[in-house]
Amino acid sequence: MATASETPHIALTLRDHLPILQVLVPLCTAPLIVLLGDRRIAWGLAFLAAVLSLVVSFLLLMQVMDGSFISYHLGGWAPPIGIEYRIDAANAFVLLLISLTATLVLPFALRSVADEIPARSHTLFYACFTLVLTGLLGVVATGDAFNVFVFLEISSLATYVLVSQGLYRDKRALSAAYDYLIMGTIGATFFVIGIGFLYMTTGTLNMADMAERLVGQGDNRTVQAAFAFIVVGMGLKVAIYPLHLWLPAAYNYAPSAVTVFLAATSTKAAMYVLLRFMFSVFQPEFVFDTNLLLWILAPFALLAMFAASLIAVFQTNFKRMLAYSSIAQIGYMLLGISLFSVTGLSATMVHLFNHGITKAALFMAVGALVLRSGNTFYDRIEGMGRVMPLTGAAVVLGGLSLIGVPGTAGFISKWVLVQAAFEADLWWVALLIVASSLLAVIYMWRVIEVLYLHTPHPEAIHKEAPLSMVIPMWIAAGACVWFGIDTSLTMGAANTAAIGLMGGTDGMALTPTVGGLLGTGH
Amino acid sequence: MDTNTLIFLALLLPVLAMFGNMAFAKQDNLRDGFTFVCAVLTFGAVLGVLANLGNSTSQEIVLLEMLPGLQIALQVEPLGLMFALVASGLWIVTHIYGLGYMRGNNEKHHARFFACFSVAISAAIGIAFSANLLTLFLFYEVLTVSTYPLVAHKGTPEAIRGARTYLGVLIGTSIALFLTAIIWTYTLAGTLDFVPGGILQGKVEGLLVPILLGLFAFGIGKAALMPFHRWLPAAMVAPTPVSALLHAVAVVKAGVFTMLKVGVYTFGIDFLADTGASDWLMWIAAYTILASSIVAYQQDNLKRRLAYSTVSQLSYVTLGLALATQMGVMGGALQIAMHAMGKITLFMCAGAIYVATHKSNISQMKGLGRSMPFTYIAFLIGALSIIGLPPLGGSWSKWLLMVGAADADHQIMIGVLMASSLLSLSYLLPVVAQGFFSSSPDNPYNGIKEAPAFCYIPPVFTAIGCVILFLYAGTLVEFLTPMLGVPQ
Repeated sequence: MATASETPHIALTLRDHLPILQVLVPLCTAPLIVLLGDRRIAWGLAFLAAVLSLVVSFLLLMQVMDGSFISYHLGGWAPPIGIEYRIDAANAFVLLLISLTATLVLPFALRSVADEIPARSHTLFYACFTLVLTGLLGVVATGDAFNVFVFLEISSLATYVLVSQGLYRDKRALSAAYDYLIMGTIGATFFVIGIGFLYMTTGTLNMADMAERLVGQGDNRTVQAAFAFIVVGMGLKVAIYPLHLWLPAAYNYAPSAVTVFLAATSTKAAMYVLLRFMFSVFQPEFVFDTNLLLWILAPFALLAMFAASLIAVFQTNFKRMLAYSSIAQIGYMLLGISLFSVTGLSATMVHLFNHGITKAALFMAVGALVLRSGNTFYDRIEGMGRVMPLTGAAVVLGGLSLIGVPGTAGFISKWVLVQAAFEADLWWVALLIVASSLLAVIYMWRVIEVLYLHTPHPEAIHKEAPLSMVIPMWIAAGACVWFGIDTSLTMGAANTAAIGLMGGTDGMALTPTVGGLLGTGH
Repeated sequence: MDTNTLIFLALLLPVLAMFGNMAFAKQDNLRDGFTFVCAVLTFGAVLGVLANLGNSTSQEIVLLEMLPGLQIALQVEPLGLMFALVASGLWIVTHIYGLGYMRGNNEKHHARFFACFSVAISAAIGIAFSANLLTLFLFYEVLTVSTYPLVAHKGTPEAIRGARTYLGVLIGTSIALFLTAIIWTYTLAGTLDFVPGGILQGKVEGLLVPILLGLFAFGIGKAALMPFHRWLPAAMVAPTPVSALLHAVAVVKAGVFTMLKVGVYTFGIDFLADTGASDWLMWIAAYTILASSIVAYQQDNLKRRLAYSTVSQLSYVTLGLALATQMGVMGGALQIAMHAMGKITLFMCAGAIYVATHKSNISQMKGLGRSMPFTYIAFLIGALSIIGLPPLGGSWSKWLLMVGAADADHQIMIGVLMASSLLSLSYLLPVVAQGFFSSSPDNPYNGIKEAPAFCYIPPVFTAIGCVILFLYAGTLVEFLTPMLGVPQ
């Protein structure tokens, strides 16, 4: 803190402003889209913003891969007075996932949105999409607790609108959006109550500063209440079983492109916030010694893995099935946290990314199927794998990754998670993890049989999806394979992030080793 | 060419064949000819590896690092090389046979069929040359997934049900048990490399050794140890070339090969013998051998009878490992090659009969032998090899297994092996006897001729192979000895 404020405020190169550009680019794009008001330009601008975000997040990740962090002071005001953006391996990794998904989804959306939403709404659709992107990136990038809440609301409000846009295909999208609105607002309110309590106790909103002041406050009832509010509030956003009720309907009735984006990013960003608060703001010792969180988290994680998977087995709609599968997969991430080790957290972080790309590929395939056969009920998509070979093959690849077959990204997640369970001497947890992936075999194979072993529905359009959908879908599906074989990027980042998070308060230490506008240190 | 290039060729040529099949989907002759060339070249590449074995030390080829400290790597060792030779050599034969069968039988989707077939071969070769358990597991699952479309090929409800069982059992056991065992091993030993003498010595003790071995033994579902054998009969809905090459050779042999690899290179025979951890496995294997022989005896469908016979014969290999003696393991290793040659002959004959008559039940095959002499003589030779009578290859593996059982002081296992031979005699020979000797006056098969040449020449060829294997078994044993880690 001291070194940072002593140095004069000088604008350095563009590279030094990357943390704020990450959020600023999409933030400014959204009003620009509305002002220009043309739907072709709207898409172009949104895509441009996504590509720029991707470049920025990639550069950021490269800077922090060695375990250092970047502290950016908004407007030159040093924290804790000013707002600080703090980038380390943990959030740079999530930033990459979010901007990567946005970049993939937009080309896909071009055709899918044109098919599912009337032309007059397109401009506002892309504006909202950009706002969601802004919010998610902001939530992850910022180091200020109240800022998290603000960005959370930006992304959430825009998301409710996007979900409701499914109404042109099915009116139930409106009630789904409304449910999500209520649940999301409860979650956000709980979260802000928690922040309020923390502010009461510490008198600061800067997360790193807060962390320092919370040391030794483990017995403080206000702090404990704050912790409970934050975990439950974020738990709603993450859709921790049984706080998941909004998710199946929201995923199912939202327009295809929106589902892809939400499934791959929004629960992941919330998961990141949860991690950040648990490990960096509160210390790991606080979480695991005084609150016995292990015994609360692990059962819910296992419940999610089995109950949600079991529900997924009995679905008759591909899209809805994938929604339940997402809830189950969140269980794996929670389990990684509850194991409370570097390996466990690595598993959480890497699964966050791997599951993101897997679900992106699968939901894009859903979008392609919707375009050709109208909906994704099993009796409607029968045999579509034969007439849409590329889409069908993407479903197979994504499905294998979801199951965790070797050579796919999902396998890496499962491997690390099981390894973490063995390291913790919890061999029965290891067995439960693999047992629950058997349920994934069942629910995915039902779909694959439906897609390949029947004759196509006569009313469906027997044609492969357009290239604008197939290419992004295959980039995501290819990523499932790529990151299942070459894990230097994903496991490297996840491991660095996990070490940083397990470092607890130290991981958020306020004294950067290198002074200046930007601090880089350990 | 050096060994590395040849291994890559052996792995990639089948993949090239897959692309060829996809590219020339509509030009039948070009497509099938291309695949044939690829098959011959693949076998040539594996032979090249064999030729190079003497003049270069076997070194590991690291393809890439999948997780920190965990590599996808390939390595040549005798047991794997033998498996690769068997798989790629029989691929040529089966491809020719498959052409005759698929065309003679008017099956559909030839391109998809041969494409998946090629991928499966590539996966089998990958398993053979794996340098560690992770690589092996990767190819093991590729093999499972790539053979699923072959089992479901006909698309009938029966085929779909069979394929579901097939996939469910194989993926289920491999993910729930095999993967758990691999990760556990890695946590214990810190490595997954195949090292002569094993990697677990001193890393695990007590009751955990048999438990870990159990996770492996049942997790390797392809070895069809009871009670996880159901997929094998279920897979018989596939066209016969699939049953012949994959479910008598590549897939099942991949299973028992993995079993041997785990036993020899992960646990180590001495470790197993010292701890007695494999005693229980011996009993399970013995039970599987006898029980499935009895089930085979009751089957009227020829392919199902052969499938249960395969279940029984596979457990010979598991038994050889569980005996934890050098002779036992050697017998198990020989059984991989011997049984492959014998059983593929039987399956191809069953397919030839099906093509010629469209009959699949043994009770309907009376008097057929006189109309189809080549097919039936090949069947007889294959059957005798499975039973284990000289001068056929199968006799050697049984001999060594019995010696191994005697070494391990488990004389009762000699009895089991002999009983099994008698049982296989009683369920295989009646097929031939019926074919030649029993005839009803209104023999409906008077107009029947041999199946197309492509269908009956390959089994005759492999039947001759059974005899050749008998003559050269000594060479094979010598070749495999380094696997046991004893000074020659």
